[in-house]
Amino acid sequence: MSSRPSPVSRRRLLAGGAVAGLGAVAAAGATVVTGAADVLPVQAAVPDTGTATVPFYGTRQAGVAQDPPAQAAFVALTLAAGTDKRAVARMMRLLTDDAARLTRGEPALGDTDATLAVLPARLTVTFGFGPGLYAVAGQRSPVADLPAFAIDRLEKRWSGGDLLLQICADDPLTVTHTQRMLIKDARPFAAVRWVQQGFRRSPGVQSPEHTQRNVLGQLDGTANPRGPGIDPAVWNPDGSTQLVVRRIRAEIEKWDLLSVTDKENAVGRRMATGAPLSGTDEHDDPDFTALDDAGLPKIPDFSHVTRAHVTDPAMKILRRPYNYDGVPNALGHPDAGLIFAAFQRDIARQFVPIQQRLADKDLLNEWITPIGSAVFAVPPGCSEGGWIGEQVLA
Amino acid sequence: MRNPSIRRRTLSVTVLTGVLATLGLAGCGSDSSSTASPAPGPSTVAATLTVKDPWVKAATAGTMTAAFGVLVNDTGADVTITSAESPASPMELHEMTMKDGKMVMQPKQGGFVIKARSTHELSPGGDHLMLMKPATAIEAGDEVSFTLKLADGSTVPFTAIAKPFAGAGESYDPGMAMPGSAPASAMPMGSTAP
Ligand code: HEM
Ligand SMILES: [Cu+2]
Repeated sequence: MSSRPSPVSRRRLLAGGAVAGLGAVAAAGATVVTGAADVLPVQAAVPDTGTATVPFYGTRQAGVAQDPPAQAAFVALTLAAGTDKRAVARMMRLLTDDAARLTRGEPALGDTDATLAVLPARLTVTFGFGPGLYAVAGQRSPVADLPAFAIDRLEKRWSGGDLLLQICADDPLTVTHTQRMLIKDARPFAAVRWVQQGFRRSPGVQSPEHTQRNVLGQLDGTANPRGPGIDPAVWNPDGSTQLVVRRIRAEIEKWDLLSVTDKENAVGRRMATGAPLSGTDEHDDPDFTALDDAGLPKIPDFSHVTRAHVTDPAMKILRRPYNYDGVPNALGHPDAGLIFAAFQRDIARQFVPIQQRLADKDLLNEWITPIGSAVFAVPPGCSEGGWIGEQVLA
Repeated sequence: MRNPSIRRRTLSVTVLTGVLATLGLAGCGSDSSSTASPAPGPSTVAATLTVKDPWVKAATAGTMTAAFGVLVNDTGADVTITSAESPASPMELHEMTMKDGKMVMQPKQGGFVIKARSTHELSPGGDHLMLMKPATAIEAGDEVSFTLKLADGSTVPFTAIAKPFAGAGESYDPGMAMPGSAPASAMPMGSTAP
């Protein structure tokens, strides 16, 4: 494989500021040692990281199609026994109002730490409704719990939920404050079921066009739909979508034992560049028919990419995963993995077949274990004066 | 006519704007036994004062609670609020003051004066609109309607969303209790009235 793959310069040019970008590429060309695309220096962090906002109001909820910010909290709530449809509606009015204000960088009403609200850092709050919420509302749920998969080792403490708050921002204090404010306002109606906090690269560390690495060191997100490719995979005509949140533990101690070649065979892509084993560029289309000198498929048929690959744009899923990294145990073994969040129009049609294929056969299963699972319908967005869920609960 | 003291937010916006006046109790929940004040005629609504970001602390029936927000006076003259009304509860205008080394709240003599081209914040621990004894529970997410009365006789109607709020537990100074409205003993806001 060539040591200076072309995607480096091409993708840097895409970052805008072509002249500066070219200079950086030229300068970096001499100093990069590993040949991995993502070690190239990037321009200094944009100074407006803290004040940047993502509009809350719209026909579709925010926090789905946008590039995922660096920090996230997924908060699942269980409705209290006394919370009926009317009460859920009151809760959603309150939480919508909080989200609209906080994402603008304004304190929520009655915000006891108003000063923590002023730097939204691309804050988004995305609401998802679990099957239990539809039961309370007396309506058919668009989502159902996933079928059991043989690879699952699900724990109750990471599974299920009636209401999901996906809180994302480029700053952890902003996420913390938003999480605190929303939970306080949800408390009369619901209990906290689980919270999963995760992270990606910090803003400014890499230009957003770069595919990020996950805690296993893999470039994760290469084949994700992007731009106009998101629409057919993710959005229903009414502006709704559906979300799966799986907590997937990474068996990093075992992963560490592998050679780079073994790691690459498990995924079907190069560790350094993310290129498919059939090609040289990260964004080369994988060729599952390409054979090596021994006459074997260059991309093993048990690899994660082979098993997960989808060509029909309407059958793809939008992966929006966050890493988690808890506290290592006494032996020094990490508690790390992915909060695997995936958006699609229809979980049953799009997600389940992929997950089923992976559960049936995927070499990567040796090093990953699903320990949590939850499904949510993501209702359409709302306009100013409206509230999330009004179509379901009004 | 009667106004629902508390309107549940489950109604769609269109229903609310179009039908609220005639629906009365459509929002459910309120028994509306409180003597409802007549709705202010549009002709008397003041254009001088607006209420920004109003909210009210949720409370159980009979429990003192308070409403907050930012009073904005964009005019060139001072504006004085002389009283507040709500179908939800008898109301008083309160301020905080130091008494025997403790902050307590008491009725604001002369009302709230909002200086020309300035704002006046009503907030927990500061000036506030006191709901002395809500007839029914004010639940989180409810909308409660209020009317401010100004010295010039005009009124400012507004609605505030009810928030669960742990703070604002100010003590009420019994010495300043107004006849017929306040409990006989010092009582922290948020505790249940006897
Ligand atoms: C910890 C768990 C997982 C890890 C570490 C992981 C890692 C990866 C990596 C490195 C790639 C190749 C680069 C890319 O296109 O992003 C990939 C691709 C993909 N993964 Fe995963 N994955 C995990 C779980 C899942 C799950 C649970 C699903 C869905 C049920 C899934 C679906 C996909 C899909 C659809 C692709 C793109 C395949 C293609 O069309 O080329 N992955 N994953
Ligand atoms: Cu008071």
